[in-house]
Amino acid sequence: MQIYLPIAEVSVNIFLLLGLGGLVGVLSGMFGVGGGFLMTPLLFMIGIPPAVAVATEANQIVASSFSGVLAHFKRKTVDVKMGIVLQIGGLIGATIGVWVFKYLKSIGQVELLVTISYVVFLGLIGSLMFVESLNAIRKSKKPGARPRKKRHNWIHGLPFKMRFRTSGLYISVIPPILVGLLVGILAAIMGVGGGFIMVPAMIYLLGMPTKVVVGTSLFQIIFVTAYTTLSHATQNFTVDAVLAVILLTGGVIGAQIGARIGVKLKAEQLRILLAILVLAMCGKLAMDLLLMPSELYSIGSVGGH
Amino acid sequence: MIRILTMIVALFAAPLAAQETVIVDLSQNRVAITANFAGSEIFVFGAVKRDAPLAEDIAPLDVAIVVEGPLEQTVVRKKDKTLGIWVNTQSVDIISAPSFFSVATTRPLDEILNVGDRTDFAIGLDHAVRRQANEDPGIDMQAFSEAVTRIRVNNGLYSEREGIINLTAETLFDASIQLPANLVEGDYTARIYLIRDRNIVADASVDITVRKEGLERWLYNLAHEQALLYGLLSLLVALVAGYGASEIFRLLRR
Repeated sequence: MQIYLPIAEVSVNIFLLLGLGGLVGVLSGMFGVGGGFLMTPLLFMIGIPPAVAVATEANQIVASSFSGVLAHFKRKTVDVKMGIVLQIGGLIGATIGVWVFKYLKSIGQVELLVTISYVVFLGLIGSLMFVESLNAIRKSKKPGARPRKKRHNWIHGLPFKMRFRTSGLYISVIPPILVGLLVGILAAIMGVGGGFIMVPAMIYLLGMPTKVVVGTSLFQIIFVTAYTTLSHATQNFTVDAVLAVILLTGGVIGAQIGARIGVKLKAEQLRILLAILVLAMCGKLAMDLLLMPSELYSIGSVGGH
Repeated sequence: MIRILTMIVALFAAPLAAQETVIVDLSQNRVAITANFAGSEIFVFGAVKRDAPLAEDIAPLDVAIVVEGPLEQTVVRKKDKTLGIWVNTQSVDIISAPSFFSVATTRPLDEILNVGDRTDFAIGLDHAVRRQANEDPGIDMQAFSEAVTRIRVNNGLYSEREGIINLTAETLFDASIQLPANLVEGDYTARIYLIRDRNIVADASVDITVRKEGLERWLYNLAHEQALLYGLLSLLVALVAGYGASEIFRLLRR
């Protein structure tokens, strides 16, 4: 069944969209990532104009993250305090990111820089997580292996310490604010929620327990993507409500299923799966840059409508 | 303007022949884009009116129909390999290219019409994209124009179909023009040309209005006129859907 999207101005199969929404929703619920880094390229592939895809995707992530975070709230795996601290950095970062994005646009080649930053960050984070979780699985299989000691590094020497009960941490607020800031900048430039950067940052930089990380990341993503949605809706008029509703119908259901699959898997398995996913998308984007495209030319519109 | 030119051309082209005029109608002058719009079809049918019988030795009649969407400005970018990766290096502003372009003919265009008229009246795929006057000598403009046509042919937005017009007794003709699902709203025109001896002898033009309607219209207007409200409503829908799914799954698990 075909449906005509009023803002994107294309007709697409409704079941294809529901399926894509559902698939990305499952991943979102499992890993605490918004799924934007997967969904946005998928939407390009089925012929949605890039500007509409990025803006609408942000709106869809609001829904799937909200659905996911409710499931996590019930299990008390959301560190609200940490989420708010990250958020403070995130909003500052998003504002800087929007500014950087506009600057890159004015000097041209913004598309290229977005793709390169995807490849670099996905590649870096994917490989780190892959190696780390592989080691963790190997260790846990060895009989008599000692559990790793809690890391005590320079982060614990910083001032403005705060107690995060849910995460079981007593650390300075400076690292979470910096992490939020960095993720905010990248999220605005790359047009995603930033969960795929946030999740490993919380695990490896802040030392938060994996179970809490997912819920807290989702909690944080809601606000970043809501802010992005409103910016796109008021400045570029590129949020397609019909597309968003179809995607989020699939997405919210998927997120619920994903959250339940996530509980059943071990933390290391969860991480290695996310790592493989991140690396796969990285490889796909790298190929786009390296291989000769089948069509060298592309059509863009001048100043929208 | 086109009509006046055509009439002048027609007068010079066939000064001694019987005067012919074309009468055309369409199955629909209004195309409504609604939520379940999946493309449409327009039937063009017409008749040739003559003030005198045809001469015995006159060249056979041919018909060309051009259905065209609103002319738009677009920018075309070309990728080249730089430092091992494929990057957009050149870009060209195409001043005027129709959003939709479909040509139907009785026979192959190059067999029935002279090149000058094909260019002047934009009849044929190779004339869909209007070239700009001030061309950069360092850039192959032809390649960029061809790229627009090629990409849009692949998208189903541009087409040229030879021999699909049914012409009966050199008097009655009809053809069906397919409108794809990725149609953009705007003011479209259907131009009909009667051709004899490689020259246009008569023409007519009919307007087609393509508009979003119902929910599509409402959302499109809201998004452009009440952008903040639209954005907030989109967020509200997202939150309600997220909450709804969470609650439904909670109930299902009991």
